[in-house]
Amino acid sequence: MRKELLKVSNLKQYFPIKGGFLGRTVNHVKAVDDVTFTVYEGETVSIVGESGCGKSTTGRSILRLDEPTDGKVEFDGEDLLSFNKKEMRENRKRMQVIFQDPFASLNPRQTVRQILDEAMEIQDAVPRDQRDEKIIELMDTVGLGKHQADRYPHEFSGGQRQRVGIARALSVNPELIICDEAVSALDVSIQAQVINLLKKLQKDYNLTYLFIAHDLGVVRHISDRVIVMYLGKFVEIADKKSLFTNPQHPYTKALLSAIPKTNPDEVGKERIILKGDVPSPIDPPTGCRFHTRCPFATEKCVNEVPELRQTENMAEGHVSACHYMEEIASGEHQPTR
Amino acid sequence: MSEKKTDNSMTLEKPPNLRVQSWKNFFSKLKKNKAALAGGILIILFIIVAIVGPFFTPYDPNKQIITEKLNGPSLDHWFGTDHLGRDIFSRVIHGMKLTLYIGFFSVILGATVGVLLGILAGYYGKRTDAIIMRSMDVLLAFPGILLALAIVSVLGASLNNVIIAVAIFSVPVFARIVRGSTMAVKNLEYIDAVKVLGASDARIIFKHVLPNVTSPLIVQASLNIATAILAASGLSFLGLGAQPPTPEWGAMLSDGRNYLFNAPHVAFFPGIAIVVVVLAFNILGDGLRDALDPKMKL
Repeated sequence: MRKELLKVSNLKQYFPIKGGFLGRTVNHVKAVDDVTFTVYEGETVSIVGESGCGKSTTGRSILRLDEPTDGKVEFDGEDLLSFNKKEMRENRKRMQVIFQDPFASLNPRQTVRQILDEAMEIQDAVPRDQRDEKIIELMDTVGLGKHQADRYPHEFSGGQRQRVGIARALSVNPELIICDEAVSALDVSIQAQVINLLKKLQKDYNLTYLFIAHDLGVVRHISDRVIVMYLGKFVEIADKKSLFTNPQHPYTKALLSAIPKTNPDEVGKERIILKGDVPSPIDPPTGCRFHTRCPFATEKCVNEVPELRQTENMAEGHVSACHYMEEIASGEHQPTR
Repeated sequence: MSEKKTDNSMTLEKPPNLRVQSWKNFFSKLKKNKAALAGGILIILFIIVAIVGPFFTPYDPNKQIITEKLNGPSLDHWFGTDHLGRDIFSRVIHGMKLTLYIGFFSVILGATVGVLLGILAGYYGKRTDAIIMRSMDVLLAFPGILLALAIVSVLGASLNNVIIAVAIFSVPVFARIVRGSTMAVKNLEYIDAVKVLGASDARIIFKHVLPNVTSPLIVQASLNIATAILAASGLSFLGLGAQPPTPEWGAMLSDGRNYLFNAPHVAFFPGIAIVVVVLAFNILGDGLRDALDPKMKL
């Protein structure tokens, strides 16, 4: 039995929209609406979805960068949301984050040395007299030279900055690292380097990753399990292999069909073009949130919210939220539009 | 620049002093801006004059030689004498100290309070922001000089009260600037990163937000010194600031007003002094703005 490191249950993140006289709350953006998932120790779970579907918000809520509206976040059996400020601060060293934009994630007025030193100082992770040594070690780990320790962020390239960000996350010896689009701002060649670095670090330090991304190629390379998110809800959770070879949800299928073919002669892969745009999360569609764009949608989809469930031809741990999984698979249910 | 830094870090075992490096960088950029350099050199000159000048003036600034009153500029009295026969050159030199003192202190006082309020308002937002910024709006609703006038009339006419008054009317300007930049900076990912590391609010505010909102501040401060000097001179001109026989430029200007037609030099020299000092601070401020623009960092 694998250890459950992070367990998120019924997490909701609603952002109030202020308006009208005296700034009353007139509505909510339902960025994350009732999601439940578990991350086991040592694995990489990816959350994919288009922009605005709430994947980053999920990460931020887990870290309590935005206070969740409702739900439960358990880390190693402890309820994070019940912690007061001080307890939370102490526990923060156990989970770290790597951000998307390497240009915004480093304080422009601090050198690499100061950045890493401060991280260790805040958490008191390493005694003062050993910090210099540890800084050099960390920089070496992420592939930076020690002569670069006293440089400012603007003297580095994007990939190098991302390495600094990784070193900062590592400096407090975390167990879980949330990679919030950690490579999407980098060049493709640099992406590969950083991903390989992340994989190596995972092995060396027994790290667990929650990998938030929109690039399915990257996700396929790094993940053990994949969560597909649409408009604040999970539509499918599966191990990597099942998801890529046996997708169940129509949205997942459309998403996967968008991966460019590497071989132009490849057959059996038809591009599924979705109609329309993602609806507003302020007033999400009733029932299945995907029904406005789903080619298979029926009256039932408009009225009933589908639950994540498993059918016979799905692997262990593979769940999907669609009313017509079986019918679509057997060809009984044809596109309605 | 980057080449130099590589050399430094290669040869030095200990980390080079970072502050020194960023200052070097700053000065090299400032040097390229001729106007700002001129302003800076003038101000340094003024400061030297303010400190050592009073020891070398030919006359006591308050010594009255009634027989020589309202004399025009001559070799004996370079800037002439005023209606009480005092040497205007000596008085202008002595007034330099006062002027700079008022300019610097009122801005330091105003900026400290303004920055603190602005950063709190910007960082915490919501109710804190509303309370602080609405109070600032109230202060801003008054024309600066009128507000200073009102404050001085309440506190009493004296030089220190002028400083307080000028400081109070410069508080909202600083608070607004800092609030704006704080709101922009606090949403950046590096702030989130230190939050995730468990940093306290105080650490985030003073170590991460403050250093990143100071650039527009330094510019505003140097421009505000000019405004403060003008306002203080204005108050003294109206008789609410420095009291006679203090050699304050605004007060001297006021004295010269009555003799504008038969002895214009009495008003001219303190007036020119105010113009030159204010201008120096203004061009320095403009130059600093260019030099501190992060986009020009290379």
